[in-house]
Amino acid sequence: MDAAAAVSQLFNGLSTASILLMMALGLAVIFGLMGVINMAHGELMTLGAYMAYSCQLLFAHLAPAAGGWSYLLALPLSFAVSALLGWAIEVALVRHLYGRPLETLLATWGLSLILQQSFREVFGSNNVFVSTPGALTGGVAIGSSIQLPYVRLFILALAALALVGVFLFLYRTRNGLMIRSVMQNRPMAASCGINTRRIDALTFAFGSGLAGLAGCALALIGSVGPTTGQNYIVDSFMVVVLGGVGQLLGTVVGAFSIGEAHALIEYFTSSTAAKVAVFTLIILFLQARPAGLFPSVSRALD
Amino acid sequence: MTRPGESILEVSDLVVEFDGFRALDRLSFVLYANVLTVVIGPNGAGKTTFLDVITGRTRAHGGSVRFLGRDITELADYRIARLGMARKFQAPTVFPDLSVRDNLRVAAAPVKGLWSALRGRLTPATRAAIDEALAVTGLGALAARPAAALSHGQRQWLEIGMALATQPRLLLLDEPIAGMTGEEVDRTAELLQEIARRRSVLVIEHDMSFVRRIAQRVCVFHQGRQLVEGSFERISADERVREVYLGVEAS
Amino acid sequence: MATVAAAVPVPRAARGAPLLLAALALALAAAAPLYLSQTPLNLLGQFLALAILAIGLDLIWGYAGILSLGQGVFFGIGGYLMAMYLKMQGLQPGQLPDFMTWSGVTSLPLVWHPFESFPLTLLLVFTLPALFAYAFGALVFRSRIRGVYFSIMTQALAVAVSTLFVDQQQLTGGSSGLTGFQSILGHSFYANATQIAFYEVTVVVLAAVFAVAWYLTRSHFGVLLRAVRDGENRLRFFGYNPTVFKAFVFALAGLCAGLAGALYVPQNGIIAPGMLGVVPSIEMVIWVAVGGRGTIVGALIGALVVSYAKYYLSSAYPDFWLFLVGTLFVVVVLFFPRGLMGLAELAGRALRRRGPPSET
Repeated sequence: MDAAAAVSQLFNGLSTASILLMMALGLAVIFGLMGVINMAHGELMTLGAYMAYSCQLLFAHLAPAAGGWSYLLALPLSFAVSALLGWAIEVALVRHLYGRPLETLLATWGLSLILQQSFREVFGSNNVFVSTPGALTGGVAIGSSIQLPYVRLFILALAALALVGVFLFLYRTRNGLMIRSVMQNRPMAASCGINTRRIDALTFAFGSGLAGLAGCALALIGSVGPTTGQNYIVDSFMVVVLGGVGQLLGTVVGAFSIGEAHALIEYFTSSTAAKVAVFTLIILFLQARPAGLFPSVSRALD
Repeated sequence: MTRPGESILEVSDLVVEFDGFRALDRLSFVLYANVLTVVIGPNGAGKTTFLDVITGRTRAHGGSVRFLGRDITELADYRIARLGMARKFQAPTVFPDLSVRDNLRVAAAPVKGLWSALRGRLTPATRAAIDEALAVTGLGALAARPAAALSHGQRQWLEIGMALATQPRLLLLDEPIAGMTGEEVDRTAELLQEIARRRSVLVIEHDMSFVRRIAQRVCVFHQGRQLVEGSFERISADERVREVYLGVEAS
Repeated sequence: MATVAAAVPVPRAARGAPLLLAALALALAAAAPLYLSQTPLNLLGQFLALAILAIGLDLIWGYAGILSLGQGVFFGIGGYLMAMYLKMQGLQPGQLPDFMTWSGVTSLPLVWHPFESFPLTLLLVFTLPALFAYAFGALVFRSRIRGVYFSIMTQALAVAVSTLFVDQQQLTGGSSGLTGFQSILGHSFYANATQIAFYEVTVVVLAAVFAVAWYLTRSHFGVLLRAVRDGENRLRFFGYNPTVFKAFVFALAGLCAGLAGALYVPQNGIIAPGMLGVVPSIEMVIWVAVGGRGTIVGALIGALVVSYAKYYLSSAYPDFWLFLVGTLFVVVVLFFPRGLMGLAELAGRALRRRGPPSET
């Protein structure tokens, strides 16, 4: 076995894991707070990726000389636009289905179909590409045969930054404190005067923004199409299942386990086999640890 | 009034930990047949955890539970229930969408396997158990109503009725009178005393006047252990109990 | 809600009405070859096959509260089993199905051998999807995965199985699937009489599945399914093992889906991985949602109505169809959670209120 190729493959697995992590963080925070899965989470990711593409088009049109800087604008923009759409989804749809998680799943799935078709109408059904910003071309060479591309290092750093951001937001801000209190005991938080509706919308917007950011990162290493996000929604929820709900550490470990397991198995077999094997491994793992890697203890019966 | 009969449940050296916190700390405890025993203790004493362990909802990290002479420490929750242990939870947990009668039938069916459910035959014995539960709980007139339409107190009774309909050897009740009106409390007290003539009953309760009324034996839990046990009078005279429990309650 | 309605006393005459209606519908469906030409009959046959799947889905979702986003998998298994049999028909001894020759396979793969026999194929159609569903259900339910978790697991299953079918080209024909059937049991595949036979078999199977589902949901088993939905953990403390009940009903739904697939393929003429992936699987859910879940009849009606709408609209306006499905999901879930059956009930009540007082 070629050690250099294996190291590169593992390193590539890290960027998949990073994107999964950003997706799953948003999903986990929303699921932990409201018990609902936003099936349009993948489309919020796609939206973020298309934002990177749009910025590139915009710069090429208005300021071709500064084209290399378009990605710098895309980063905050992808977060903001996806967060805005997420906020709208919560207010217009999710809030009216409170306490009915399966219905929420279906309604947001319907929404994801509408969004996919909208992307197709706006950006066309062919995949589009985002060119690598000049500052991120090339990589760090380790020895003679291993090269770690800057793009992938950047994605890793972005995911770490997102993780720190989520941590600071949840544990160091007033809003974060309110989110955690609603997570633990909604009626009690409400009777303490916390506006749970505002907290729900805020959390939903924040989680959606993370999906947008993940999309923006994804645009650097792959092409973007209307159904790009759909391929990620299942995997990112697997991360949440594997990690245990409401546990940041669990989400991190879950994302990196799945990302790396996929990369490793793919290296020895094929991408399809890796997909099937990882899924089987998750099911088998849950036989031993039903509540995931980091279970949270609950006294509620149902 | 404590009448030491045959022991039905023996718990020894039970340990349960949550994140380093010892909810049960080498708890040992014996329950006697056909006695109405009440477990009291301040919040966090481990009362509900204790019920969780003996019903198989939580796994013990150490120690053992014997029920009817059989080691049930590792047994699945539904298998323990089949041995004749019925539990009424703190919050009413009836099936809201089913009628009162269907709720009782779910509980009363003598065989709880898939095949008997598919055949769906209602034996005379099961029918009798359902009718008896309806009579005991006074819900006969409401038998066709969905459980969701019952009042809070009626739901509590329905749940007691369901627990009874399983014909249990041991009935466990977690705060049975929570949220009941004075009149409902009176009826519940009578009902429990009636049940305890033929079955072993274990009640967790906070309301001291209610405990005084129904308890034949009282056990006090404190910090995951049994502190002291005996008649209500003996317990209420005990200095240690006053210190850890009654003192806290009174303030 | 259903219980409230059931508790209202029904006049004696009205009690036999559903049975009469069912018999009428069955007669009407069975006689369809007399009044429908080949193309619409073939379409109706396909839709009726899909309705078999919808009834199974209603059993798990409408009654037991288990939302599966992976029914396409079991449908696909049933469909592929039948298609493999059909591919083996009319071959000379030693000859291989066409797609195998194209991908350079020289001898018949082992898993294809059973499909030389019709009885063996039938046996597999009746057992394999159900057993696979049971195994998957038992494993996942055993680890107490439920609600949205379970739904996502079934979706992951749909992703895994559909990519696997694309990947194993030499066994499954890859993404273009299996098609080009010639004959069945010595009869020409596309002969009018053969197609009518497919149709009639579909009607019979649908009627049988409907009857079984109707009985089950009205028996004590049905009561327990609703108890599983509303509080499976409570059920444990009465001595039931909900895992067994859930795995069983999930297997039943898998059986229905498998039968549907096996009946759909000969009438549709093709099965491909695209028909068992994530999107078709979730479209199956919309059938039941539109019809009204927890009613069995609603699932049947929903499957027919939505499938016809898709047939009509997706060929005329392919882009519009996705918008429509998406909107349908949102609107039905938000405003008509009880679907067409709920609407019919509301309309019936309004009519009765308007009509003259019929009783003293």
